[in-house]
Amino acid sequence: MKRKLSFLLNRRQVHVEVEPQEILLDVLRDRLGIKTPKCGCDRGDCGSCSVLIDGKTVRSCMVLAMEVAGLAVTTIEGLLENDHLTPLQESFIHHNSFQCGFCAPGIILSATELLEHNTHPNDDEIKEAISGNLCRCTGYQPIIDAIKDLTSHPESFNRTDVKKEVKS
Amino acid sequence: MSSLKFVGQDAIRIDGKAKVSGAAQYVDDLEFGPGLLFAEIVESPFAHAEILKIDTSKAERVPGVIKVVTGKDFPFSFGLYLQDRYVFAQDRVRFVGEQVAAVIAIDIVTAKRAAKLVTVTYKELTPVLTVEDALKEHPLLLHPNLKNYKRVPWFFPQADTNIAHLRKVRKGNTDDGLNNADLVFEDTYTVPRYAHCAIETHGAVGLYDLTGRLTVWAASQSPFTQRNLFAEALAPLGLTHNDVRVIAPFVGGGFGGKAGVSMEILAAALATTVRGNPVKIIWSRAQEFYNTYQRQGLVAKTKIGVKKDGTITALEQTLYWDAGAYVEYGANVVNAAGLSATGPYRIPNVKIDSYCIYTNLPPGGPYRGFGYSEFLFGLESHINETAKRIGLDPVEFRRRNAIQEGDILNYGGHMNPSGLRECIDKAAEAIGWGKRVENATESTKVTGKGFACFWKAPAMPPNAASSAFIKFNEDGSLNILISAMEIGQGLLTVMAQIAAEVLTVPISKIRVEVPDTDRNPYEWQTVASHITWGTGNAVKKAAEDCREQIFDLVEHALGKKREDLYLEGEHVCSRSDPTFKKPLREFVINGLMMSDGTFRGGPIMGRGMFMPEFASALSDPETSQGGKPNVHYTVGAAAVELEIDRETGRMRIPKVVLAVDVGKAINPDLVRGQVVGGIVQGIATVLYEDMRFNEKGRLLNPNFTDYKIPTSMDIPDEIISILVEVPQPDGPYGARGVGEHTMIPAAPIIANAIEDALGIRIKSMPITAEKVALEILRAKK
Repeated sequence: MKRKLSFLLNRRQVHVEVEPQEILLDVLRDRLGIKTPKCGCDRGDCGSCSVLIDGKTVRSCMVLAMEVAGLAVTTIEGLLENDHLTPLQESFIHHNSFQCGFCAPGIILSATELLEHNTHPNDDEIKEAISGNLCRCTGYQPIIDAIKDLTSHPESFNRTDVKKEVKS
Repeated sequence: MSSLKFVGQDAIRIDGKAKVSGAAQYVDDLEFGPGLLFAEIVESPFAHAEILKIDTSKAERVPGVIKVVTGKDFPFSFGLYLQDRYVFAQDRVRFVGEQVAAVIAIDIVTAKRAAKLVTVTYKELTPVLTVEDALKEHPLLLHPNLKNYKRVPWFFPQADTNIAHLRKVRKGNTDDGLNNADLVFEDTYTVPRYAHCAIETHGAVGLYDLTGRLTVWAASQSPFTQRNLFAEALAPLGLTHNDVRVIAPFVGGGFGGKAGVSMEILAAALATTVRGNPVKIIWSRAQEFYNTYQRQGLVAKTKIGVKKDGTITALEQTLYWDAGAYVEYGANVVNAAGLSATGPYRIPNVKIDSYCIYTNLPPGGPYRGFGYSEFLFGLESHINETAKRIGLDPVEFRRRNAIQEGDILNYGGHMNPSGLRECIDKAAEAIGWGKRVENATESTKVTGKGFACFWKAPAMPPNAASSAFIKFNEDGSLNILISAMEIGQGLLTVMAQIAAEVLTVPISKIRVEVPDTDRNPYEWQTVASHITWGTGNAVKKAAEDCREQIFDLVEHALGKKREDLYLEGEHVCSRSDPTFKKPLREFVINGLMMSDGTFRGGPIMGRGMFMPEFASALSDPETSQGGKPNVHYTVGAAAVELEIDRETGRMRIPKVVLAVDVGKAINPDLVRGQVVGGIVQGIATVLYEDMRFNEKGRLLNPNFTDYKIPTSMDIPDEIISILVEVPQPDGPYGARGVGEHTMIPAAPIIANAIEDALGIRIKSMPITAEKVALEILRAKK
């Protein structure tokens, strides 16, 4: 029996009819066209499907869609402001932080949540914050470096696109 | 080389914004509309069994099921180097999880439900689960028809055995070499199987349209090889190469796992049964573990002869590879490792037997390192033990025997230019070799240092080719069309840097995207760490072709002296006429206008192709002498500082160093990315990744809960990348491959550091904390 579900998705109210057993990840991807949360394991191990629910990162493969009724769900599509990437995203680009990019949406959301609460995290806090997001390519170091660089030089990553081709 | 403006720079990835913004699309992100169908396979529960009967009637009656397909519908075999793999199992299954049938339905829930209703009657056979069992007298044969399988001419299957291929190398005479040695020392080392664990699982969508054209969208390192194998395997249905098209969107990690053809054949085959409807098949994480490729297991018997002065006189390697149920790709891992199992050392007398052995475990295949990680664990452990036994420092021992340019390789032929000694010295210096790290006396911690050398050559057919097109746009920007795959390594950026260097067009004006075999020119596969070298050469030639066309036009239309022309800052300039400065954007599409209003020229389109015409895989099967199977070796050295807790065996890595001779780092930042990522991936295979099978051949831990890969909490405190640049004469700007190499030395540096710290030699991987703690306890007794 389908139920009506309404929630805030990337600052926009959405209404969708779902079966009670449907998973949030599937509803986002297959019904609402939001493809940045990825399915990497389907059991909460890898973090690729992470979304922010009321500002907290949650694995959307482990959440029933009906559970987000009335809540605010944010994916990286929703981080754009005035069509600009966030300073965090700019820092990730500048540091060549990601390789294949499959884990990037989840890690960006985990780091976004971290920086909301802690503007100057140390290495251990950064590692802890992204420890639920598996990345097989990078060895994590360029991801950690980008977060650290942003927090120590926030002025370098204003909301303007990275234009420089070569790293300074 | 300081005149280079783009090559050698830490350029920002041109795909960085796509990946960080979420714009990058992977195969499961593509939309196919409401006509999309979904497939679920029926898997073998047995490692080895005959298929007696398949009853699909119950599944077919489920509402929403479109079709149920079995091996009878596709009695076809396929394979990259040896045609021993089947679209669906035929008369028998050979590993747990093998595809026996598939259900196509209107949604995935229906497909999964119906797949459970397919009833397969089996007659169980004894599974062959170890190389020892596979090689015993009168073994049960997995592939009784092995000798008739189609294969490449450099494979030597042993008829009526489970040996799919035997690579023999004989150089000099090892009996003499061992007789002349002051010390002969032999041991056995074992390496289990490993999984790639790309975070994106395999997936593919096939569409057989109403004209009989087959398009497959796949997460793939090898779109052209897939097109080739799909066309060959499905030829009985009337498909030709011209009918088949493969489109490869971004790939969420490859590491070799998405090379060749594994599950993608299912999307191609199933599509032909539901003409007009696209059909999608996406592997679950569990299937990703047991039904793609696994890194093969190895039992290595190593025997070395050495003089007191540290000269190696002989090396014998007998390598038994647990290659799994189908070895169409894995047999080439066995081949490549066999040719190179001496490591980067000058050894006059060599005997190598590398056996590719069928077992009833999942198919083995390519994994970053292509066999070198596996044999190097034993070899570099053995090198350390040998140095210790003759009283030489292990770094000095390696230095004395390090291979140099011009040395004779195992198969004859000469070693390419090599900065191995520079790598050894720099890695030793960076780790503080010879200086002990003292732990506090009351501490349970002890610290050791480990060192290893490595090498690897691309393993490719001798005619593996790369090609490139470059086309300009009206504003002087350009597109590079290639079919090498962006799998994370950053090749799109590297290709842009190469073209930018030749054409003086900034990287921001160069677009390079993932391929479509209909639109993009040929590439063999994105494997073997050969793309920077091979495709880089093709792109450089295509850019030079553009440049020559530009000079032709300017000479012909404007009468400028050709030999004086050069490109600078997106302009054609002339050395003899400093006032002449023509912007490319003025003519690269629309041509140059003459005084009478007519035009000369037109769209500038460059093409470039590269095939290593000097390579040959033909050689004496008894000795491997006579051919030139490898195009070049990339060499290096690595070292680690390892802290071990004597009570728990728990290990921490304060520092790890890797020095590699890349010839020329086109983009040093991206090379460092390969170093860091490769080391972390390699260290995980030593410290905790561990594939466990039960006595029936079922994989017990096909998930990330039970098969641990590194998180951000598990990385070394410090990773130092040292890039040595001794140019490769036939590489673009001197570059050679590096993608796989950074993973290879991880296991022996850890094993050697444990020995350094505790005096305990561990000869089987993984080297878990538990294993170390137990060994410490045993040593106390």
